[in-house]
Amino acid sequence: MGKLKIKKSDVWIDMTPMSDVMVLLLTFFMLTSTFVKNEPVKVIAPKSISEIAIPEQMLLTVHVDSVGHVFMTTSDQKVQLKALQTMIGNYSGIKLTGEQMQKFKIDPMWGMPMSKLSAYLSLDQDKMPQALKKSTGIPTDSTTTGDKTSEFQEWVRACKDAYDEIGSEDGMKIAIKCSADAPYKNVKKVISELQDLDESRYYLITNLKKNKED
Amino acid sequence: MAKKSTSKQKKMQTRVDFTPMVDMMMLLITFFMLCTSLSKPQSMELAMPSKDSDNVDQKDRQDAKESSSMTLYVLANDKIFHMDGIPDYNDPTKLVETTWGKDGIRKVLQMYDEGQVLKMMKEKAALDQKKAENSAAIPDSIYKNELKAIKSGKLKDGTVQPLTIIIKVSDKASYSNLIDVLDEMQICCIGTYMLDNIKPDDEKLLKAKGVAY
Repeated sequence: MGKLKIKKSDVWIDMTPMSDVMVLLLTFFMLTSTFVKNEPVKVIAPKSISEIAIPEQMLLTVHVDSVGHVFMTTSDQKVQLKALQTMIGNYSGIKLTGEQMQKFKIDPMWGMPMSKLSAYLSLDQDKMPQALKKSTGIPTDSTTTGDKTSEFQEWVRACKDAYDEIGSEDGMKIAIKCSADAPYKNVKKVISELQDLDESRYYLITNLKKNKED
Repeated sequence: MAKKSTSKQKKMQTRVDFTPMVDMMMLLITFFMLCTSLSKPQSMELAMPSKDSDNVDQKDRQDAKESSSMTLYVLANDKIFHMDGIPDYNDPTKLVETTWGKDGIRKVLQMYDEGQVLKMMKEKAALDQKKAENSAAIPDSIYKNELKAIKSGKLKDGTVQPLTIIIKVSDKASYSNLIDVLDEMQICCIGTYMLDNIKPDDEKLLKAKGVAY
C-alpha cells in the first residue's frame, strides 16, 4: 500500500511577475482615469470633431435631456450650498432644515422646481435619483415666479454670485450638455435665457468623433 | 530526522507568497475599471452675441459681399437647405436642398464663390501637419494666431474674401444637427458665422418651397 502513494509534486507558482503586471495596470488606471460622476439623468452628447477640453474648475453645467428638461451640476459643493441659500432667500415660502440642505450639498445633480424642492429633499438618499428622473426639471419660463426672471435664471445668477464670493479671476464658466436628440427649441430657450443674463460664452459638451470624413 | 541536527547551516527560505497581493490587485483594478470613464468629454466653444447688439450685427452684415455670403437652413427631420447670397424671400427656387457630410454641405461650401474655402482648408491642413511634425516649434498661441489669419482670409498666396454664413435653425431640428453644422464651420475654416432663428420671412419662404420646418 505504501508504495502506491503518489508523490506530491510542488505546485508553487511564482506570482511575482503577475503582481508586477498588476501594479503596472493599476498605476495606469489610477493615473489616466477620472471618476464617473453619478448623474441620475444621463445625457448622451452628440459627436463632434472639436477637441477643446472642458475646464474643470468654476464650472456650471446645464444638462438638457432628450425631452428638454433642464438639470444643473456644479464643480463645487460649497457653491451648490451657497446657491441654494440664495435661492431660499428669494422664495419666502420655502423653509429647509439643516439636514435637507446637507443633502442638497452632496446631491450630484439637481433639477426640481422650487415648489417641490422641500419634498424632494426629505426623501431617502437612495430614492432621490428616481424622483429626479421623474422631475420636470428646472422651469425655464418666467411665469411661475411672477417677476421677469425664471427659476433657471435665478439659479444661474445664484451660482455665479457664489463662485464670485469664493474668489476667482475669471468667473464662472458655463457648459451646456444637451442630449443629441434634444429639440433645438429647448436648447434655444436655455441659450436665450443665458443671453438675457449677459452670459454669452458657453462650452457645448460633445463626444469626440474620430472620423473627420463623415 | 537525523540529518537536520547536523551542524550544516539551514538555508533560509526567502520565498514570499504573492497570491494574496495579486488577489487584492485584481480587486483594485476591477474597481478602477468599473468606476472610471477613460474618454473625457470634449467641448466646443460657442459665443452668442449679446442681445442688445443688434445694430452691430447690421453693420457686420453690410460688410459681407453678396457673393461670399450664404444662409443655411437647418430644419426638422435632419434636412438642410442652403440659399446663396443675401436671402431673397420671394424666390423659393433659390433654396436648394443638400445633405449632411462631406459630399453634401461641405462640398457646397467648398465650391461656393471662388472656392476660397478649399484654399483655406489646404492651408489649415498644412499648418496642422507642421504642428504635428514639430509641436514644440508652434506653441498654441502661435497656432491660434495663424488659424485666425487663415480664417480671416489672409493666405500665403494672397488674400481671399472669407465666407459669411448665417445659420437658421428651426425649432424642430435636433441638437445634433446644430453641432454638425457648427462642426462643418470648423472643418471649412469659416470664422464668421451667426446663429439665427427662423423669422416670419423665412417661414413664408419655406412654405412657398413646401418643406416642413
